[in-house]
Amino acid sequence: MKETPLSNCERRFLLRAIEEKKRLDGRQTYDYRNIKISFGTDYGCCIVELGKTRVLGQVSCELVAPKLNRATEGILFFNLELSQMAAPSFEPGRQSDLLVKLNRLLERCLRNSKCIDTESLCVVAGEKVWQIRVDLHLLNHDGNIIDAASIAAIVALCHFRRPDVSVQGEEVTLYTPEERDPVALSIHHMPICVSFAFFQQGTYLLVDPNEREERVMDGLLVIAMNKHREICTIQSSGGIMLLKDQVLRCSKIAGVKVAEITELIQKALENDQKVRKEGGKFGFAESIANQRITTFKMEKAPIDTSDVEEKAEEIIAEAEPPSEVVSKPVLWTSGTAQIGEGVENSWGDLEDSEKDEDEGGSDEAVILDKMKMDTGVEVSDIGSQDAPIVLSDSEEEEMIILEPDKNPKKISTQTSAKQEKAPIKKPVKRRKKKRTAN
Amino acid sequence: MAGLELLSDQGYRVDGRRAGELRKIQARMGVFAQADGSAYIEQGNTKALAVVYGPHEIRGSRSRALPDRALVNCQYSSATFSTGERKRRPHGDRKSCEMGLQLRQTFEAAILTQLHPRSQIDIYVQPLRGVVSLQVLQADGGTYAACVNAATLAVLDAGIPMRDFVCACSAGFVDGTALADLSHVEEAAGGPQLALALLPASGQIALLEMDARLHEDHLEWVLEAAAQAARDVHTLLDRVVRQHVHEASILLGD
Repeated sequence: MKETPLSNCERRFLLRAIEEKKRLDGRQTYDYRNIKISFGTDYGCCIVELGKTRVLGQVSCELVAPKLNRATEGILFFNLELSQMAAPSFEPGRQSDLLVKLNRLLERCLRNSKCIDTESLCVVAGEKVWQIRVDLHLLNHDGNIIDAASIAAIVALCHFRRPDVSVQGEEVTLYTPEERDPVALSIHHMPICVSFAFFQQGTYLLVDPNEREERVMDGLLVIAMNKHREICTIQSSGGIMLLKDQVLRCSKIAGVKVAEITELIQKALENDQKVRKEGGKFGFAESIANQRITTFKMEKAPIDTSDVEEKAEEIIAEAEPPSEVVSKPVLWTSGTAQIGEGVENSWGDLEDSEKDEDEGGSDEAVILDKMKMDTGVEVSDIGSQDAPIVLSDSEEEEMIILEPDKNPKKISTQTSAKQEKAPIKKPVKRRKKKRTAN
Repeated sequence: MAGLELLSDQGYRVDGRRAGELRKIQARMGVFAQADGSAYIEQGNTKALAVVYGPHEIRGSRSRALPDRALVNCQYSSATFSTGERKRRPHGDRKSCEMGLQLRQTFEAAILTQLHPRSQIDIYVQPLRGVVSLQVLQADGGTYAACVNAATLAVLDAGIPMRDFVCACSAGFVDGTALADLSHVEEAAGGPQLALALLPASGQIALLEMDARLHEDHLEWVLEAAAQAARDVHTLLDRVVRQHVHEASILLGD
C-alpha cells in the first residue's frame, strides 16, 4: 500500500507546535518515550518497546568455518527486517532505501565498534568458529526505528548464552545445555543509538522523534555512544546542513541519554536473571499478561488561557453583527421551488426510503423553519394541490404559503438523513412505527 | 598490524606527512566528451571518476517527478577489480547502495534543484584501483571523500548551479592527535574514522559519518581537523576549476 501523504494542515500544525516547543504527546524536547524490555523463554530473545515502536530481537549461533583473512575471529551477522505488520506502507519490494540505511547503520554501530569480542568466538583456529546471527524484526512502526533496534540488538546479545565447547588436543566437544550451562558472550561495551530530528533548516531539534515528527523533519542525526562516553558511530542523513557546534551539543545530550538507557538495560537484565535463578516464571507470556486494558489517558498540556477572554471580547466587539439569514424560496418553474443553496446529495439511496413517508402537515412548518440556508431542500411537485400560490414570472418570489392541511404528494428531501435527524423528532418516531408495522 | 607506528614521535605519519597535511590531489575536468559533465580526481592512491548527465527529462516513471525541484540520482559502482578479491556484483550490494544514498543526500542539499523542476540529474561515481575494501566492511572514508570531490567537479563541469563547492575529507584520531586525510594503511588500522562533506563558504556540514570508537571529548578536534582539510581541498579544487575555464576560454579564442 502506498503511504498516505501527510496533509498540509497536519504538517503545518506539527511544525507550529514544534516552534512553540510543544510535542503532540506532551514530551519535552529532550525526552525519550517509555522504554520497556521483556525477554522470552529462550536465551537471546527479547522485545523492546520504545513508546509504541516495537522491535523483536533474536540471537542464534552456529559453528562454521571462519573467513579466510580472519581465521581466528568469529563471525557476526546482523539483519533488520521491516515486517509488513509494522506499517501499511511496508511491502516486500518497496522498502529498499530505508532498509539499506538502517541495516548499514546497525552494522557499523555494532560491528565496527567492536562491542563483542570476536576472538573469544574462535573454537579451532582456521577451522571452526562461532557465527553469531542477530535477527531484528520491526513489529510496529511509530518512529525512531534505529534506536529501538539498537537497544534490542544489544539487549539480545547480552542475554544470549551459547553452548559450551571444550577443546582437548584434536578433540572438540560441544556440550548441550543439559550437560553444561551455556556461556554468555563477552561484550566489551554497549553502543546505543540516539536519534536527533532537525526541523526548519536546523533551528529546532527533537530527541526520539515519533512517526508524525519523522514525516515533517528535515533530517536526522544519529549518534551511537556507550556509557563510557565513547562515540561509536555518527551518521547524518536527510540532507540537512549542520554546524559544528550543533553536532557537539548533540553529542553531549546523547551522552546523558545513553547513560540512562544503559542503566535501564542493566536493570532489566538483572531482573530476568534473578527470576530465572529463583525458578519463577519468565518469558513473553508473563510480561504480556500484565498488560490490562485501561482507559487511555493523556495528561493535559498546560496552555496559557489567561488572555482568551480579552481576545474573544475584542474579536466580538470588532466584528460586525452577522447578517440576517432569511430563507427565500425561489420558484423555478411551476412545480419546482428551491429554498437555499442546496448541497450535493451524498446519500442517493435514501430517497427511496423517504418516499413512502407520510409527512404530517403540521410538521412541514417545523421542517421549513429548521432547514437553514446550507441545507438545501428541493421541493418537487408541490404545485397542483396548493391553490393559493401567487405566481409571477420573476423568480424572486417572496413567499410560498403551504397550507398546513394539505398533504403534498411527496417531499423528497435531498438532504442526507443525518441533517434531518436532529431537528425532527416526531417524524423519526413515525418512521420507526412504519417499519415495525411492515 | 603490530609494530606499525601510525604517528611517530617526531609527528610524522607512515607516508611522511604531518598530522594536518593532505595527500597530493590531482584533478581534471571534462574527461569524457559525450557526458554533460565529467571529472577525474586522484587523492594519493585513491582515484575516482565521476560523470554527470542532466538536467534531463525523468527516465522511467513520470510519477517520480517532483513538481518544484529536480530529482538527483546518484549511483556508486565499485569496479570489480578495485577490491582485493574480485567482486561479482558492483551495483546491488548494500555498501554501494548506501554510498549512493549518501551521495544523493549530499548533492540534493548542494545543487540548486529549484531551478530545474520536473527533471532529473544523474551522477555516476566510480572509484578505481587502489582502494581495497576489507570484508569487515570498514567505512572507506578515503573513497567517499574522493567520490564527493570528483562529483563536485563533474557537476561544475556540467554547468549545473550549486550553492557552493562540496568538499569532503576524512579524518582520524591516533595518540591524541587528529589526522587529516587518512590513507589506506591508516584506515585499515581500525582507529576512529570520520568522513565529512562541507560547504566551505558557510561552514555547513552536508554529511557527517563516523565509525569506530572515539571519546566524546576528542570529537571537536577531529571535526575541526576534517573541516580544515576540507577547506584546503576547496582551495585546490577552486584552482582546478579556474584553470579549466581558463584553458577553455583560450580555445574559444576569447
